Amino acid sequence: MFDALTDRLSGTLSRMRGRGRVRPGDVDEAMAEIRLALLEADVNVRVVRRFIERVTQRCIGSEVTASLTPGQEVVKIVSDELVAILGGTPLRVQFASKPPTVVLLAGLQGSGKTTAAAKLAQWCKSQGRNPLLVGADLQRPAAVEQLRTLAGGIDVEVWSAPGDPVACAAGGLAHARRIGRDVLIVDTAGRLAVDAELMTEVARISDAVEPDYTFLVVDSMVGQDAVATAEAFHATLEVDGIILTKLDGDARGGAALSVAEVVGRPVAFASVGEKVDDFEQFHPDRMASRILGMGDVLTLIEKAEQVYEQAEAEAAAQRLADGTFTLDDFVDQLRQLRKMGNLQSIVGMMPGIGAQLRDADIDDNKISTAEAIVLSMTLTERESPEIIDASRRARIAAGSGTSSSQVSNLLKQFTQMRKMMGGMMGLGSKRRGSARKATKNKPRKTAKGKPGRPGGSAGGSSRTGGGRVSPKGSPLLGKIDTTLPGTEIDWESLDLKLPGR
Amino acid sequence: MSTTVLLVIIFVAVMVLLAAVPFVHRSIGRRAGPSVAQPPDDVTTVLAKYPRAPEDVAPEPATFSTGLAASRRSLRERLSAIRGRRADDDVWERMEEALLGADVGVATTMATLDRLRATSVEQGISDGDTLLESLGAQMRAVLGAQRSLQTTAPDRPDATPVWLFVGVNGVGKTTTIGKVGHRLAAQQRQVVMAAGDTFRAAATEQLGTWATRCGAELISGSPGADPSSVVHDAVAAAAARGADIVLADTAGRLQNRKNLMDELAKVRRVADRYPGAVTETLLVIDATTGQNGLSQARAFAESTDVTGVVLTKLDGSAKGGIVFAIEAELGLPVKLVGLGEGAADLVDFDPDDYVEALLALPTDHTR
Repeated sequence: MFDALTDRLSGTLSRMRGRGRVRPGDVDEAMAEIRLALLEADVNVRVVRRFIERVTQRCIGSEVTASLTPGQEVVKIVSDELVAILGGTPLRVQFASKPPTVVLLAGLQGSGKTTAAAKLAQWCKSQGRNPLLVGADLQRPAAVEQLRTLAGGIDVEVWSAPGDPVACAAGGLAHARRIGRDVLIVDTAGRLAVDAELMTEVARISDAVEPDYTFLVVDSMVGQDAVATAEAFHATLEVDGIILTKLDGDARGGAALSVAEVVGRPVAFASVGEKVDDFEQFHPDRMASRILGMGDVLTLIEKAEQVYEQAEAEAAAQRLADGTFTLDDFVDQLRQLRKMGNLQSIVGMMPGIGAQLRDADIDDNKISTAEAIVLSMTLTERESPEIIDASRRARIAAGSGTSSSQVSNLLKQFTQMRKMMGGMMGLGSKRRGSARKATKNKPRKTAKGKPGRPGGSAGGSSRTGGGRVSPKGSPLLGKIDTTLPGTEIDWESLDLKLPGR
Repeated sequence: MSTTVLLVIIFVAVMVLLAAVPFVHRSIGRRAGPSVAQPPDDVTTVLAKYPRAPEDVAPEPATFSTGLAASRRSLRERLSAIRGRRADDDVWERMEEALLGADVGVATTMATLDRLRATSVEQGISDGDTLLESLGAQMRAVLGAQRSLQTTAPDRPDATPVWLFVGVNGVGKTTTIGKVGHRLAAQQRQVVMAAGDTFRAAATEQLGTWATRCGAELISGSPGADPSSVVHDAVAAAAARGADIVLADTAGRLQNRKNLMDELAKVRRVADRYPGAVTETLLVIDATTGQNGLSQARAFAESTDVTGVVLTKLDGSAKGGIVFAIEAELGLPVKLVGLGEGAADLVDFDPDDYVEALLALPTDHTR
């Protein structure tokens, strides 16, 4: 896994600090790092070159020089530019005044058009529309079957006719008018941009149905070729927006940037899972963080949402606030964490995690060692770990196949963690006491404040006796402290799907 | 669930992970670096080409060279400027851009060019053409691994050999099985296809169409059934009918989905019920894939013991350079290449042709 751009740049740019002006050489060095980061994220070489030119221009201006933290300033400029390209003018789907609104999906084989078609239909339904799907992929065996099965699950009708895909699409349009559907989504066969014959065919389909929106479906794992493909499709069809698929994988998704830059249209939707509901409007700022490897708290939150039960989560939060978080809870949390997927990828999503931890090969089995230690304790020991003395420690070590020092290490870390969270949660319990809904802003503020330094924020006095918790206990925790989630995140604009609602 | 509760959870998760860090830390520095495939001393013996099956020449023969025409064109333009020039910085930059643009990836590109730089100093190479030739030779040497496909299980003459096809979503696993089935059937082998993709809608129907086309028998389960059970049934059916080989399809899965990867590992174990029966586990990779391909190869190799790579969709403009990185870093050889949607559009991987296409070099026929 690669270092976050911030980490990389901090070395290069720390030298700028304290100097009256930025030397061109400094910027060049920083840009070389950014170039590598973008290339590693699969942004096209040519797009990277243009991008770097633009960012260099901005950096050479006074913005960076004036800053005390030029590294962060450069990252901010880069991130702003990325957001601008990815979703400069966000696409808002306007349903046609004279229905049906026709949407055409095109793309390479295997990019996920058929699945995206069904997901888009479901999205339209959630917008109060009544869509009809057209299966015009007559090429791949059973493609129409696949669409029918998916559509059956969301109760949407599918129109298809064997033979000519152009006639099939046109027939679908006529059918939609006849039965009064207000959105028509046309799924087409996957095709290579270099296949002139098939590109002509998709152009004819487009002419036949005159789409209001033409979406290019792009796999987020695609590499350098994204540009060639996007250029060809845009030249043939005039693309209105991009649907980015398979974003639940661990690809950085630099292709999104390549395509958006080449086509000059925003990414409209993102497909983020295997279920029909895993489809959402695109968030350029999240994507920018992801491409730059700056962590992705929001995705992390969503993952947590999938794994944790609401009641369970509330209870855990409550125990934290009460300071009754036990080693049992600790093990429970470890297990939940593991359910969220590969630990390495989870760590990758956490912003501000130092390179030290990110480069560690986090072996899920090693986490089991921690689990084993706790499970070798008696129930009483788990409740009140302070009773663990040398002899108990020896027993626990023997039971878990570890050493005494490993056991005490774990206990030390646990105590530290609990203290720290106690401090944090002091805030949490306070707001829970007051009218919860009415003070919605407060918790946000809490989250925004720097964790670990509750004393600094309003209401930081801890109820659970955590007191002032300084980050000096562990160098690692200290590192986290200064950079943990959120300082740049606009919580107000958070658009989370909350199952509780 | 309120946003705050979620934030709390995330925070707890971070803390818990960090508390467990002493245990994580012990593994720092122990990460087994990707093993670099050492090119054998005598490259030419390994590079011996495997004869192409006759059916590949049948209706509309897709060959490696014609299939790569599209990808070759753009590179030739990019690299033509190097020819007949002195090897200056610009030449190096263009080579770097060509490799990066072919999805070879930053790390592998840098390593490759560093070695080339050493060679060029050593041999005093001063012109672009020689440099390009030298780069080609070096890359061919990396691609020297053994790449034949095992159609028999030498250790288990009693068991029907199984080929398992794995990969992320949409790379062309089902289509590849169809083509492989077509090729094996043309060699008079009795093929059983296992519709192990019980997740994606109509995947069984898609494989069924291919099975009918090439006269293979299809063993399927109900939608949502345990894929291991389907594979188990297929292995049993193949044994009962005395079939020659089982081609097992699996559902596409993203490599970071731990539970799905565990499921796949189970499929592999079940297929290998008579240990040694799984003679090939082929990772299917789409030629358009970028750097994520390396992550795919690592994860699938870990859970299913991949024996080779099938590079699909190489008939487009993508060069699939990530397989070079995969072979260089993980030693997984590319065995087959998909060049279209037709039954015969499947050819054996040819390192010489491939490197030529990557660098747009003239093929050296004296080899």
